Amino acid sequence: MSRVAFPANWWARAGWTLLLLYVAYAASQLELTPARFAAGLEHGGKFIARLFPPDFHRWELLLKGMVESLQIAVVASALGVLISAPLALLAARNLMPVWASWPARAVMVLCRSFHPVIVAILFVKAVGFGALAGILALIIASVGFLGKLLTEAIEEISLKQVEAVRATGAPFLSVVTYAVVPQVFARFIGFASYETDANLRNSTMVGIVGAGGIGGTLFAAFQRFDYDFVCAIVLTIIVLIMVGEVLTVRIKKVFRV
Amino acid sequence: MLRGIDLEFGARGITAVIGPSGTGKSTLIRCINRLVEPSSGEILLDGVDLARLPRAELRLARRRIGMVFQEYNLVERLSVMENLLCGRLGYVSPLQAWLRRYPAKDIARAFELLDTVGLAAHAQSRADSLSGGQRQRVGIARAMMQEPQLLLADEPTSSLDPKTSVEIMGLMQSLSRTHGFPVIINIHNVELARRFADRVVGMTGGQVVFDGPPATLTDDHLQSIYGGEGWLE
Repeated sequence: MSRVAFPANWWARAGWTLLLLYVAYAASQLELTPARFAAGLEHGGKFIARLFPPDFHRWELLLKGMVESLQIAVVASALGVLISAPLALLAARNLMPVWASWPARAVMVLCRSFHPVIVAILFVKAVGFGALAGILALIIASVGFLGKLLTEAIEEISLKQVEAVRATGAPFLSVVTYAVVPQVFARFIGFASYETDANLRNSTMVGIVGAGGIGGTLFAAFQRFDYDFVCAIVLTIIVLIMVGEVLTVRIKKVFRV
Repeated sequence: MLRGIDLEFGARGITAVIGPSGTGKSTLIRCINRLVEPSSGEILLDGVDLARLPRAELRLARRRIGMVFQEYNLVERLSVMENLLCGRLGYVSPLQAWLRRYPAKDIARAFELLDTVGLAAHAQSRADSLSGGQRQRVGIARAMMQEPQLLLADEPTSSLDPKTSVEIMGLMQSLSRTHGFPVIINIHNVELARRFADRVVGMTGGQVVFDGPPATLTDDHLQSIYGGEGWLE
């Protein structure tokens, strides 16, 4: 009898084969053929040709939309931070009893369960077109995301420091500000600047569904086939995101994260 | 797991609690300020049963019980001064504490204590920039900020080198004498216990098996506390 060094895993082989077959089937269902792809490329080439040169004639409209997007991002980030910090404290299982952490966690999961654009659609229906809907949608997204990250950060702190401060007879809120906050502050700044970055990108998108910002202008330009204006908007968004990136790096340096 | 412990501590002097690891020395000390909740029994401090205090009153009682830890347990990212003022958190409101608005006499006391423990130059240093011995001095100064009626020390020298250990024990001894409060110390080092304690309590298996002045602690006692014999030679 020969000994086998690498026994075959028939279940895994069957799984891979099935996956491959399904990909091929789905592609054929969606008419994903080389001919269709070639036709698409030709169309894409024409589109790209019409993007250039970018048209900045309507810069006032562009600027107004960008400023609104920026404001949506900043306001949503600030309020998101303000709400998620205490919520994360409530959700931290190492500091809070189950009856407090469980509902706080549920709120965060709920906030994370939909894409910001879907939440934005809901808020446009609820509070009407405009920046308010966008701000509310991005606050929801920020609370879900920041809340989760910060909760995890709080759950990883050293409880020895907490114990020592508690042993001095400090009231709970002072234990939080002296033993918990110093341990998570640097990470929180990191998370918050990352979230602001994400909000900046999302704020350019919620406008597509009517929730304020440059996205609305972008969508309208597409529908009117003003591709050169579309190009101007896209380029400006890229610049804004890059500036935001540089700024967040600077902010992190200030706080020595 | 502690059983049938009945100890009485005087208003001054150093008591060293010795015994093998896992015998409940740490639990004994932590039961006093209820970092560990005792399942039954009484813990009397000046006639008040700490074991039965509701949370709010326990907090007030803890303000006068200082504690020093094996791994110092300083808030690493706060300055030495902020760590010292942690000892006053029980007396100021959370808002005042957050804004660092402490009474002037607390701040003055903190500077005095920094002089006493020899760290005057480090008031603004972050705790995590200090050496082990310096950190333990900050730990002791933090406990002293509480103007303790009682100082608990949970293996305060176990993470320190021999010379620093002696210095730290000496510091606690002199503070206890000048300010007149009793100290209860868990300690692994029997020599240090003999040298600095006025009384030694030996524990094994959650019970007290020796209680007396260090001079009366013999090798036989040590054998009954720690078991075995080869290590004593």
